[in-house]
Amino acid sequence: MPDRATPGYETVVGLEVHCELSTRTKLFCGCANEFGAEPNTNICPVCLGLPGSLPVLNEKAVEFAMRIGEALHCEILPSIFHRKNYFYPDMPKDYQVSQYDEPINVGGHLELPDGTVVGIVRAHMEEDTGKTTHVGGGGRIHEAEQSLVDYNRAGVPLVEIVSAPDIRSAEQARAYVSELRGILVATRASDGRMEEGSLRVDANISVRPAGSSDYGTRCEVKNLNSLRSLGRAIDYEARRQVELLESGEAVRQETRHWDESASVTHMLRSKEEAYDYRYFPEPDLVPLVPENELRRRASAGIGVLPAERRSHLVSVLGGRDHAAPVMDQVQTVLELSLDGLVASAVHAGADPKHALNRAANELAAQGEKAATLAPESFAALLSLEASGALSATQAKAVLAELVSSGGEPSVVARKLGFEQLADDELSSVIDAVIAGHPEEWERYADGDKKVAGFLMGEVMKATRGRANGKVVAQAFTARLG
Amino acid sequence: MARLARLDLTDDELAALKDELSDLLDHVDRIRRLETHDVPPTAHPLPLTNVFRPDEVAESLERDEVLAAAPASENGRFLVPPVLGEAP
Amino acid sequence: MSASSLLDRGVAAIASAIRTGEARAADLVEEALARVDAGERELHCFQTVTADEARRAAEAVDAAVGRGEDPGPLAGVPIALKDNMCTRGTVTTCSSKILENWIPPYDGTVVARLRSAGALIVGKTNLDEFAMGSSTENSAFGPTRNPWDTSRVPGGSSGGSSAAVAAGYVPVSFGSDTGGSIRQPASLCGVVGIKPTYGRVSRYGLIAFASSLDQIGSFGVTVADATTAFEAIAGHDPHDSTSINLPAPSLAATLGEGVDGLRVGLIEDFLDQVAPACAAASSAAAEALESSGAKCESVSIPEMLLGLPAYYIIAPAEASSNLARYDGVRYGLRVDGPDAEAMNGRTRAAGFGPEVRRRIMIGTYALSAGYYDAYYGQAQKARTLTIRAFDSAYERFDVLLAPTTPSPAFKFGEKTKNPIDMYLSDLCTIPSNLSGHPAVSVPFALDENGLPVGVQVLAPALGESVMLRVAAVLEAAAPGDCRGPVLGPRSSTHA
Ligand SMILES: [Mg+2]
Ligand SMILES: [Zn+2]
Repeated sequence: MPDRATPGYETVVGLEVHCELSTRTKLFCGCANEFGAEPNTNICPVCLGLPGSLPVLNEKAVEFAMRIGEALHCEILPSIFHRKNYFYPDMPKDYQVSQYDEPINVGGHLELPDGTVVGIVRAHMEEDTGKTTHVGGGGRIHEAEQSLVDYNRAGVPLVEIVSAPDIRSAEQARAYVSELRGILVATRASDGRMEEGSLRVDANISVRPAGSSDYGTRCEVKNLNSLRSLGRAIDYEARRQVELLESGEAVRQETRHWDESASVTHMLRSKEEAYDYRYFPEPDLVPLVPENELRRRASAGIGVLPAERRSHLVSVLGGRDHAAPVMDQVQTVLELSLDGLVASAVHAGADPKHALNRAANELAAQGEKAATLAPESFAALLSLEASGALSATQAKAVLAELVSSGGEPSVVARKLGFEQLADDELSSVIDAVIAGHPEEWERYADGDKKVAGFLMGEVMKATRGRANGKVVAQAFTARLG
Repeated sequence: MARLARLDLTDDELAALKDELSDLLDHVDRIRRLETHDVPPTAHPLPLTNVFRPDEVAESLERDEVLAAAPASENGRFLVPPVLGEAP
Repeated sequence: MSASSLLDRGVAAIASAIRTGEARAADLVEEALARVDAGERELHCFQTVTADEARRAAEAVDAAVGRGEDPGPLAGVPIALKDNMCTRGTVTTCSSKILENWIPPYDGTVVARLRSAGALIVGKTNLDEFAMGSSTENSAFGPTRNPWDTSRVPGGSSGGSSAAVAAGYVPVSFGSDTGGSIRQPASLCGVVGIKPTYGRVSRYGLIAFASSLDQIGSFGVTVADATTAFEAIAGHDPHDSTSINLPAPSLAATLGEGVDGLRVGLIEDFLDQVAPACAAASSAAAEALESSGAKCESVSIPEMLLGLPAYYIIAPAEASSNLARYDGVRYGLRVDGPDAEAMNGRTRAAGFGPEVRRRIMIGTYALSAGYYDAYYGQAQKARTLTIRAFDSAYERFDVLLAPTTPSPAFKFGEKTKNPIDMYLSDLCTIPSNLSGHPAVSVPFALDENGLPVGVQVLAPALGESVMLRVAAVLEAAAPGDCRGPVLGPRSSTHA
């Protein structure tokens, strides 16, 4: 698919996603795996790399890694850990324990909502590093006067998921990360919170002439901490590479850094400067063999995956072949885990489109809390709205109140003053409005539908919005008679 | 190699080391030339697998004690001269 | 210091006298400290003497006895620990400037077990910096002298621990053995040194030199003492992934069972590589076992000679990674610099001595891109060949016999000019580290200079029981004057 941003070229992307696992403790020690703790309070001899300390593998982390492998359709294999040697102050041992040439999960795939299948090369286990803060020089790394290190994050378990270069646009890259995030959350292996650094993405980006099947020279872009950064960095980098090619220059293989504030990537190092990590098998750990009991426990913990939820929701909504905007709503509903609400409302008789609309718009606007709404409340509210007992405006207001404070829809409606007008009261208001605006009524009767809005507005004004628009419209039609 | 090992050595020290290392490499040359077709490597003398710990929180160290042993610290963190560049 | 002092009557006698209240730990510790005081000016076995702590531990032991409690199998036994084992609250230096003032915030597993066994830690002993060496001359804080002849080295790297036993300070001590660092100094000091099966004793809290080779073990005046000391520290530890999940072996009870019918192989490949006194001692040991009822045979295992070159790739490679953490950030020495990288480099250059630097460099090289397969990869395969050779030898033999060292104690400076001369000290001990098998050195003879010569008993994995039975028989057959303690340095003017 030729890219809109870079006509005549195709963008090729492979992603490396680092995912922090939701274990209670770190990968090799009993320190709490906890975001946002006071600096250096979750540290011990092991995760501080004190002389004499030794790692012991967290069984739950292994289980989570296997779940991720299974959910991504990987082969789960016997694996070993290596040491990746490099000096950096936030790495307590000055080597990272990581899986290198014998990782636990290899060769899976992930299907995007648009049907694209992205290959998964591997999903291996490793430990996280601490956090360095650069002080002075406005926090910019190259101008810092000194640096401060917090090791709370050092040793937190990670699974690094490496995709094949099967992604073809910024949009697809974002869809891949969203889908992956959904899978990680469904397996309960990770909370998937990008804003807390639970998911961190590096992108390998190259471009090639549209229609070519050879890969171009790729650049690895680091520091993509949100879906927005990911998309923007890919677009920027693809354009940069296309411009190089168009001006007759070659793309050089290098590692680049995404600068969010300047919206550019800049070079960190070239391929020639590639670091020699001197990998060798970690002698302090023993091989990991995915025995049946481990496999069984890992599988048992996997919840319903997003793809399955998606196809279920689509079938609830009346089957396949939905238009793109509908699929966007479906995606929103899935991401906020509102699909159960939609399905139960539909089963209780709600119109599928109506349920999806309210869920993807009004409920979604309430954020994460929306998922706490009781399914029967949602169904009851939709039915009140459908019967005309509540106007659309009123229904939305009730919905917001239900999410924030709970309660029973009809009670909440009454509390908000949305009690339905008595039929005779509405009837006399309509009569009075017709009597008060004879000219307009005449034009309406002659078929000028534009004036209907004005008349409706007058009725609403007189009833302070308590009238149901549908009922009023029916009444107008009846009076033409 | 000294840079990879983070040893800031003088030229004289480096020169002396270079000679010693080449002697040593001659000495272990036998290993390099060993016929090892079909011989698997041994990383570990014990045939152990699957050694785990349960995911249970254990007590961490006292931060003050740890930082008191550090060459420098500030605001609960380890203080180091500016770190130039990102991790490789 | 009379020879009948309780301190010289062995671990079992001490623990029993303390447990029954016949003797007080407080008195015993004073006696041990007095000996340390008298000998240290000359010997320098200790990096740190922990007198106050030992006295407090002694009081606690006496108080426990007073309350009718059992203070443990090493009740009131003064011991010494190699200064590469983490002791909470007591400086642990690894005999390196880079850790000169480092006080661990935790006890290693062995240390914790010894404390709870009622042992009294008298001090932390000197070693070759980061256990890299065979003479303790590589200590950043000066060498230890051999109590048999103070112009000679005690061996290494656990030279301080072996000398502390040989000097009669303590009946038992603890060291670590990566390529022979317990057995070689035991041989040079005329004491017993046990290197257990890899994984028998927890490495948690042992400052790593080469993780896949390091193993903590014990020194003792006698096989029985070294065995009791080993029993106190052995057994599974959940903090060490490479710890064998088996209960601690019970060995003391079977020590006296003799060697009748045992098949013993004398490894002949070492014999023409070592000094005549050392070769003669191991041949004599084979004869002694034969006359005690064992069946001895010579056996050639040429792969044994692959050990040294394989070791001098594997150990430095692992060390280069293990020692990366000494970067001046979290603990230990820092030499400042304009940026973190410069600070790291200056700290490490200033903090590590020449031998440590040498090994870091060779290890970095052996692991680096383009050389890994030729060096580290090949050495790992040589390791496989060594293990296979042992395995097939143990199909025919219950234990193997070999010299412990190529020579008795050598003079200071004799082997420091050429690193490879020093490395050869470990020729006969290294194969057991590569295979992870247990081995013990027992004093068995005196050379023409009156220096002790040890012989080595090697056994298959978890074969400590049969190995120590053989050692006990050798001990009984050995002349009494070839083993310590040497109360007061025996000589400083030997030719
Ligand atoms: Mg990684
Ligand atoms: Zn920890």
